[in-house]
Amino acid sequence: MKRCIFLLLLLVVACKSDPKTDSAALMEPEVIQEAPELEIYDFDGLKKFLETTSDKTVIVNFWATWCAPCVKELPYFEQLNTNYKDRKVEVILVSLDFPNKYDSNLKPFIVKHQLKSKVVALNDTDANRWIPEISEDWSGAIPATLIYNKDKRQFYEKTFTYDELETEVKQFLK
Amino acid sequence: MYTIKTFIAAVSFLVISAFTTSSAGYKVGDVATDFNLKNIDGKMVSLSNYKDAKGFIVIFTCNTCPYAVAYEDRIEALNKKYASKGYPVIAIMPNNTTVKPGDNMEAMQARAKSKGFTFPYLMDEGQKIYPQYGATKTPHVYILQKTSKGNVVKYIGAIDDNYQDAAAVNVKYVENAVDALMAGKEIKDKETRAIGCTIKV
Repeated sequence: MKRCIFLLLLLVVACKSDPKTDSAALMEPEVIQEAPELEIYDFDGLKKFLETTSDKTVIVNFWATWCAPCVKELPYFEQLNTNYKDRKVEVILVSLDFPNKYDSNLKPFIVKHQLKSKVVALNDTDANRWIPEISEDWSGAIPATLIYNKDKRQFYEKTFTYDELETEVKQFLK
Repeated sequence: MYTIKTFIAAVSFLVISAFTTSSAGYKVGDVATDFNLKNIDGKMVSLSNYKDAKGFIVIFTCNTCPYAVAYEDRIEALNKKYASKGYPVIAIMPNNTTVKPGDNMEAMQARAKSKGFTFPYLMDEGQKIYPQYGATKTPHVYILQKTSKGNVVKYIGAIDDNYQDAAAVNVKYVENAVDALMAGKEIKDKETRAIGCTIKV
């Protein structure tokens, strides 16, 4: 157990520091990084992430830490976010974790996996209202992804590989 | 030449319509298929076994999805309230148990026992039934009404409008639908949506 806590501390510290100072950080395991601040929205609050008037392309992925297929495809969204940063592509990961799991599951997950994309939590129980507003084609299953720019938008109730995701995003960059 | 064209057209139509039917699943008003699936007690269950039922609350659900777990007690309460009135709950576990071992028959039996389920909890062996209904996630509800045509789909969707807290529910979609059917009234919300876990194939 002690060993576990120590490893966890190491991990937390390692996530925070940049590669050059890793060894220094490893020697100071007592430095504990606080869990990341989590932005939590209801659907009305989330709307600002669902449309744009600028020339960027936004990929909104709906996921949760307990959703195995979501967690499996998450690295592809991260990878795309990194690779397409200079092409004005932005990835937003909208977590549907239950509020009572934010501290125990979601925040540790963000730290552990060093998520670089913006993560926000959607806490709005009236899903029958907001699911069709996000897309008429969404049955409610996750993972689900919305890609949009100021001219068009496309919704996907499916899992992605990196190549599939890149192919879709390229359609928006033409 | 003409006949070949007609033949090709007919075949393509059949292929296309067969494809769309199977992928889209049921709409309200469609007649739902019966099934013969294994229950947690080892017996096979079909809708036709229920001679006295007026209809069914068919719920695709599982052990491993947090949304399904959040609704377990409410599903049990639905069966307690409506089975005796002719609308029993029939729960079907649609996941591939190789992908989700936590949903295998032993796990289903254990979960049903610990939660005291009084409704049948059936395994969609071979995953043949859920695609016909068009279920995409757990939990996913289909309310059927027994008619001379067969079991007609009357409602598709969520159990209620608050997955987090049963005490904070504003609209009980399933209860309202069954109450309307029993009273011979029009169902107000015939289709609703909720977040759920993708059915694992």
